[in-house]
Amino acid sequence: MNAIRQIFGIVWILLGLAAGYFLVFEQSLKLFEKGGMDNIVPAIIYTFILAPLLTGGMCIFGVYALQNEYKRVD
Amino acid sequence: MNSNLSSEQVDKKKLRKVIAASSVGTLIEWYDFYIFGSLSVVIATKFFPSDNPTAAFLSTLATFAAGFVVRPFGALFFGRLGDLIGRKYTFMVTLLIMGFSTFAIGLIPGYETIGFIAPLLVLILRLLQGLALGGEYGGAATYVAEHSEPGKRGYRTAWIQTTASLGLFISLLVILATKKSMSAEAFANFGWRIPFLISIVMVGISYFIRKNMDESPMFEKAKAAGEIVANPLKESFGKKLNFKFVLLALFGATMGQGVVWYTGQFYALSFLQKVANIEFEQSNYIIAASLAGGTGFFIFFGWLSDKIGRKVVMLTGMLLAICTYRPIYQAMYETADVSLKTEVAGSKVIKTDYFMIPKSVDLKKTVKTEFSYTDGSTLTLEESSLTTIFPGKNPQKPEVKRIVHVGSSSFWFLILLVFIQVLYVTMVYGPIAAFLVEMFPTAIRYTSMSLPYHIGNGIFGGLLPAVATYLAAKASTANEVAVAAGQAIPYDKPYLEGLWYPIIIGGVCFVIGLLYVNGKDKEIND
Repeated sequence: MNAIRQIFGIVWILLGLAAGYFLVFEQSLKLFEKGGMDNIVPAIIYTFILAPLLTGGMCIFGVYALQNEYKRVD
Repeated sequence: MNSNLSSEQVDKKKLRKVIAASSVGTLIEWYDFYIFGSLSVVIATKFFPSDNPTAAFLSTLATFAAGFVVRPFGALFFGRLGDLIGRKYTFMVTLLIMGFSTFAIGLIPGYETIGFIAPLLVLILRLLQGLALGGEYGGAATYVAEHSEPGKRGYRTAWIQTTASLGLFISLLVILATKKSMSAEAFANFGWRIPFLISIVMVGISYFIRKNMDESPMFEKAKAAGEIVANPLKESFGKKLNFKFVLLALFGATMGQGVVWYTGQFYALSFLQKVANIEFEQSNYIIAASLAGGTGFFIFFGWLSDKIGRKVVMLTGMLLAICTYRPIYQAMYETADVSLKTEVAGSKVIKTDYFMIPKSVDLKKTVKTEFSYTDGSTLTLEESSLTTIFPGKNPQKPEVKRIVHVGSSSFWFLILLVFIQVLYVTMVYGPIAAFLVEMFPTAIRYTSMSLPYHIGNGIFGGLLPAVATYLAAKASTANEVAVAAGQAIPYDKPYLEGLWYPIIIGGVCFVIGLLYVNGKDKEIND
């Protein structure tokens, strides 16, 4: 089970990167282009809060998993 | 206190006081936080006129910032304080900040009186509310957990978990009672301020109850032993040993819990009103009845988590939610769909009204066409158009509203469907306070548990209504484009597309929780 936990670290890193790409390039940039406060405020939140949180958080989590930080001694 | 009581009984009596004092304060904080949301339409007309871009910007900021951004900052700020000076003093400060902010919102003159200062003040006070809420929950949960005996921590802290739902419920009751006690005009003029103003009385009572409580025994013990850390933020997030558990708490528990919570209590209401077109009052009754029926289950699942483990209860709730959301929402949609009902022959009634808009030259025409169905449901098509008495000025395009009032059997079926979602909420949310406090040591508990909780709920959960509505709207637009182009529609059920957000977030959280969360509960003084 610890090996599975470790291998899945790659999945969390890729997922974090994919989420960041989707939020910034697929959502925020389009919202910035549209303009208007209703679009700009969510775009700022996606770019500066949600994307760093998901990408940074999931990547660090994935790295920790790869380093076997979550191994369990049952 | 009766001196004949055994020490065990004295402890239990003290514990009940601890739980009551903590829960009442947290309940009031949730009440304060929710009345702003429940009265957002009135607040918008008084402080944020849509024709003024600055006020509209402040309004958007108040909506997003307080709910999403500020709460985690409150968690960091007050969490640090709670780990440095103590739980009791910190959550008394958050209570006072929340009470003062709420009361002050009720006193601010409108935009018409003091201009843009009014929305600015409201924004600042709303941010203070968000900060206070960010600090309150972790303090209350930690305080109760640190007083609780091992093996009953889930049950004891579950009382804190009921407060968010009860706070929403009470805010709706106070607003409805205030509305019923006066005319609509009086409510719009000054009555909306009453729910804000009475908060000061509730906060005052809660303050005096909390004031007489002792500090958490575990914190006192850690303090006496010199185990208080100088920099809880650095300790929590700068050290891998602790930070890895902060990340696990977020991605393996609170992220999924947040989306299940918001889907069951807020998206369900939004879906009933905006997608199923059920009338405002009836949809609120459906939610209120489901909440009233489901709230006791927070205690039950908290208790159950003491018996069979937090992980199994929370992950079962999450799994059931992600597997059944689509059929549940499909059933909700079909229950309100009048095209699936049998119309009573000759039931069509048309009523037309005209009236002049005050202080204008515009005339409003309303045509209401009502259809009745054999199950007792009705559909009202309300077509409103605005025209002007000035010749040559084009009248506006009519606006058509669909309002469905479901019959008795459909009404109860909808309550059941929302109640099932509330049950999922109680499964994931009931044990989470105990789960979080057990993850971290006393010295950094307040800080470490508050942040993942408020990111999970405030950001992942708080974004749910906006993201889900966006996904559903995008699917509907794609279908309209396809129809216009004579192509096959890409989405069979566009109204269910919004559910992909809680399903995907909940699914990722479920897998992480299943793989990495330790199901064996730990002691909290380790």
